[in-house]
Amino acid sequence: MVFTRFVEIGRVVLVNTGPDAGKLCVIVDVIDQRRALVDGPSTNVKRQAMNFSNMSLTTFVLPKLAHSVHSKKVRQAFDSEKILEKWNETAWAKKLRTRTVRRNLTDFDRFKVKRAKQKKARLINGEVKKRRRASKQ
Amino acid sequence: MGKPHQSRNKVLPGGAMLYSRSQMYRKRALYKRKKVGTKKVVQEIAKTIVKPVKGDKNGNQRVLPVQREPRYYPTEDTRRPLVNRKKQRPTKLRSSITPGTVLILLAGNHRGKRVVFLKQLASGLLLVTGPYKINGVPLRRVDQAYVIATKTKLDISGVKLPERLNDAYFKKPQVKRRKNQEMFEEEEKKTEASPEKKEDQAAVDSQVIAAVAKVDQMKPYLRAPFSLRKKQYPHAMAF
Repeated sequence: MVFTRFVEIGRVVLVNTGPDAGKLCVIVDVIDQRRALVDGPSTNVKRQAMNFSNMSLTTFVLPKLAHSVHSKKVRQAFDSEKILEKWNETAWAKKLRTRTVRRNLTDFDRFKVKRAKQKKARLINGEVKKRRRASKQ
Repeated sequence: MGKPHQSRNKVLPGGAMLYSRSQMYRKRALYKRKKVGTKKVVQEIAKTIVKPVKGDKNGNQRVLPVQREPRYYPTEDTRRPLVNRKKQRPTKLRSSITPGTVLILLAGNHRGKRVVFLKQLASGLLLVTGPYKINGVPLRRVDQAYVIATKTKLDISGVKLPERLNDAYFKKPQVKRRKNQEMFEEEEKKTEASPEKKEDQAAVDSQVIAAVAKVDQMKPYLRAPFSLRKKQYPHAMAF
């Protein structure tokens, strides 16, 4: 197993807890073994020290970002790399989105999902049965 | 709209006001204005009444008090209980429950069933219907405490309810016990809805079912009972 995601200047991270949970920001500086200075001017994350345990590293890195750069530079790099658009297309972001959608489903929506699932299973099972029967003969 | 009015005066930490009454009088220039008060109209209530009296030597009439003084005064002072001025206010309906809301019943024979809320009765109870044809819940009263309100709402604005659907309508007739009846002897009787209840049920349901038919999958939804599956926690769920 080779690691490819590292804590480094310019690494885009996802905030997991706190008021900024679910937002992206960028590691601007590493303070110590526990904390990093992060900044997310494009995603409304204030420049702050944040525990590593409260964030998840994404695959994105802003290239050639000097350490402790101003918010303005971070915003420029973040926007020109189109990080947010790329992030929204990742499977990870999609999973998070479906999770919130599922959490906010109403009772009637859950019922509709259940019926759709039943319908799908019926189609699949019917086809499986048909093919099994065909292969036996 | 401008800013809401704020007093120029304020309470100082000691509890005294910053400006005295006369200072405020000057600041507000109240001397320039004249106070015009409206006089209260006091209606005189007659305390006495003049009644004609028969008989020659009785002066023909007598002045009597409208409300008689009590004939009896207690010899000892006893504490009288205070007059209870509390009035029972009508039960507040949860804001999530409006006519047409689909409710999940939590208690009683029909627990777990999804029903349609029609209106709140004078007693504060909710008038619901299954509709009876869909899930077997008749026109019924339920307490809102035993109900989950879902976000699903049917458009029942056009539904007309019969006038007689009130609390008295749903009251059960008292069973009269014969004197010589044994204590636990119960007469076996089949309870059946009265013809007028059946008529009302049909009248309401036909309208509600028409509203149900307009929404896709609504009929099977109302027919299916509510249940929780694994990893479904009602406190964390949206309805």
